[in-house]
Amino acid sequence: MTEMSGAKAIIKSLEKQKVEVIFGILGGAVLPIYDHFCNSEIRHILCRHEQGAIHAAEGYARASGKPGVCMATSGPGATNLVTGIANAYMDSAPVVALTGQVPTTSKNTTYMIGRDSFQEADIVGITSPITKYNHQIQTVAEIPEIIKNAFYIATTGRPGPVLIDVPKNLQSEVAEMVFSNKIRIRGYKPKTKPHPMQIERAVKLLMSAEKPVILSGGGVITSNATHELTKTAEILMAPVATSFMGKGSITENHPLSVGSIGMHGNPVANKLLCEADVVLAVGTRFSDRATGTVNTFCAAAKIIHIDIDAAEIGKNIEVNVPIVADARKTLKEINNKIIKKLKNKDAPWAIHVKELKQTLNLPPDNNEKEIKPKAILYELRKLLPNDAIVATEVGQNQMWSALYFNSLKPRTFISSGGLGTMGFGFPASIGAKVACPNKVVVDIAGDGSFRMTEQELATSVTEQIPVIVVVLNNSVLGMVAQWQRLFFRGRYSAIKLGSSPDFVKLAEAYGAQGLRARSLPEFKKAVKEALNSDITTVIDVPISSEENVDPMVPPGCGINEQVGNY
Amino acid sequence: MWNKRTGRELLMATSEIKVIAAIVENKPGVLHSIANMFRRRGFNIESITVGHTEKKGLARMTITLNGDEKTIEQVVKQMNKLIDVIKVNYLEKENIVARELALVKIKVADPKTRSDAINCVEVFRGRVVDVSPESLTIEITGTSDKIDAFLNLMRTYGILELARTGLTALARGVKSIRIME
Repeated sequence: MTEMSGAKAIIKSLEKQKVEVIFGILGGAVLPIYDHFCNSEIRHILCRHEQGAIHAAEGYARASGKPGVCMATSGPGATNLVTGIANAYMDSAPVVALTGQVPTTSKNTTYMIGRDSFQEADIVGITSPITKYNHQIQTVAEIPEIIKNAFYIATTGRPGPVLIDVPKNLQSEVAEMVFSNKIRIRGYKPKTKPHPMQIERAVKLLMSAEKPVILSGGGVITSNATHELTKTAEILMAPVATSFMGKGSITENHPLSVGSIGMHGNPVANKLLCEADVVLAVGTRFSDRATGTVNTFCAAAKIIHIDIDAAEIGKNIEVNVPIVADARKTLKEINNKIIKKLKNKDAPWAIHVKELKQTLNLPPDNNEKEIKPKAILYELRKLLPNDAIVATEVGQNQMWSALYFNSLKPRTFISSGGLGTMGFGFPASIGAKVACPNKVVVDIAGDGSFRMTEQELATSVTEQIPVIVVVLNNSVLGMVAQWQRLFFRGRYSAIKLGSSPDFVKLAEAYGAQGLRARSLPEFKKAVKEALNSDITTVIDVPISSEENVDPMVPPGCGINEQVGNY
Repeated sequence: MWNKRTGRELLMATSEIKVIAAIVENKPGVLHSIANMFRRRGFNIESITVGHTEKKGLARMTITLNGDEKTIEQVVKQMNKLIDVIKVNYLEKENIVARELALVKIKVADPKTRSDAINCVEVFRGRVVDVSPESLTIEITGTSDKIDAFLNLMRTYGILELARTGLTALARGVKSIRIME
């Protein structure tokens, strides 16, 4: 037992959790906590907007597997975190957000919370539906326990964001603090071991399958199950389709990898799922963008669904074998049981998969005059090291990246899948670079998205966190332009972004490097220059504003009804 | 008010009503997070009762709602995900004792109606808890069906005010929702 202030207890709790970095912006209601950063080893990265701070924390978390931490003041500081919290919730990222709150009591008034005090916002109420857990500190002595629990809840089971709101007076108040390592949360005991009977059923089904397909989701990455999943695929000779969030859960140059499913999925993946007789879905939640209409999704298949979150089972899709458990543990057990019955590599299904990949995966058209997104992304893959981390923004840039940029390792593709937050990629890439300073980190951006959080260029320059931003600049909000082109008779409404700003000058204004590439050779040169540079580089790549993401499943259709040229 | 829910409709609705019992942390914000989850996911709460349990720091909630088996399964799972919810059980209607309490104030203009009404109250094993020259306030406990039937009867006198607690329930027999420390 030691006597200390609430603020000191917070810093000490964070140190005990081995937190190395915090992304944040200070303000009145967190001043006592920030005072203690002066005596702490924890690196505080001052972002330029709270949204940037929390996206960076998520990027850090997803690149490293460790919890990302961010901090903001009360009121607007806290509400600016909301988009990022919702994003982390949808994509199951372990993020701990600490917010300041107006004092519970003060000398002048008996009670300040609830009186609409200056910079007061009910952040616990606001974030209740978008956090895995949130809590407002009630007594100063509970701080060590609450912070410890926050990290435990954020990182275990199905990870997610946790928000802890700390009234300012409790930061300064002093109390006897107890720091223990024991976890005791009555209402939270995540189940990680699979039920043996369900394993039996799954194994039986997989062994009887003639056309098995594995659908691998973000849960595979979260539970570090890449090795086990690849093994399952190889034993069964089953092609692996991934959800968007599962991209990178199997190396995408593996002969059995067939790409992502969904609205802008790889046609091979979509087609194979529709033909499968048994689908092994691992750590995926069957989102609407992945499944298309649910009636036709995997209509011919029996589905085995492994997920650590019981509520995901049966939520969107009826399944035959539910397994509530950790993906890695479950796949290990399944592998142990089916290992003896290796499938033949020349089985009709394996041959079919191989042929389909050859016919539907077309190489890029190497038209060097007009620079096409497909060619850019193929080229980028060649230029970057295998372990380079790629973040994306949201929209066409994101879908092109999913389709044409092969992820070769887990945790190297970081994108806003569930919430679809434009402006996520750039701050997330900063967070990823902080987590993995020795890896190359690239944000594949659109000009619309990049504009939403471009102010973090200042963070990356002043904090010396060099990343590369590739702006696929089509001067419009491309994805909505595509929808207007296809589904609103080509009547364009409010999509023109024009040529402002000049991204090269913008980068230079922030003290970063700005380059422009108007052709593929210029692009190659620019990327090489960026790779050799130790400051953040923005590469502006002007492309046509008429470019579509092809192929596409029109809204309201099944994933077997893909249209467009590919 | 009443044409929205005739006695018949209410009976039909009751036949689909499912009962969920939950043990939750007795602390600020728990009711909010549960209600918020229901709203956000489009589940409709029919009634909710909350009270202390035999253990300090724990509260018990009884929630009734309309929905098919699949919806109820999702409700239970989604409630289980909330950290402050410690245990959730779906109570099958056949295996529970369930009670609701209602306080109803009716208009009684003359002594004849008054004694008529009191007779009804006795048949239903209710209690008159307040009397004024022009009104009677009655307390009645029972299953929701019984209360519905009683209220239908009272409607003929004219209901001035009605307060129902919503259903609270326990499983029959020794089987209990217990929290191991």
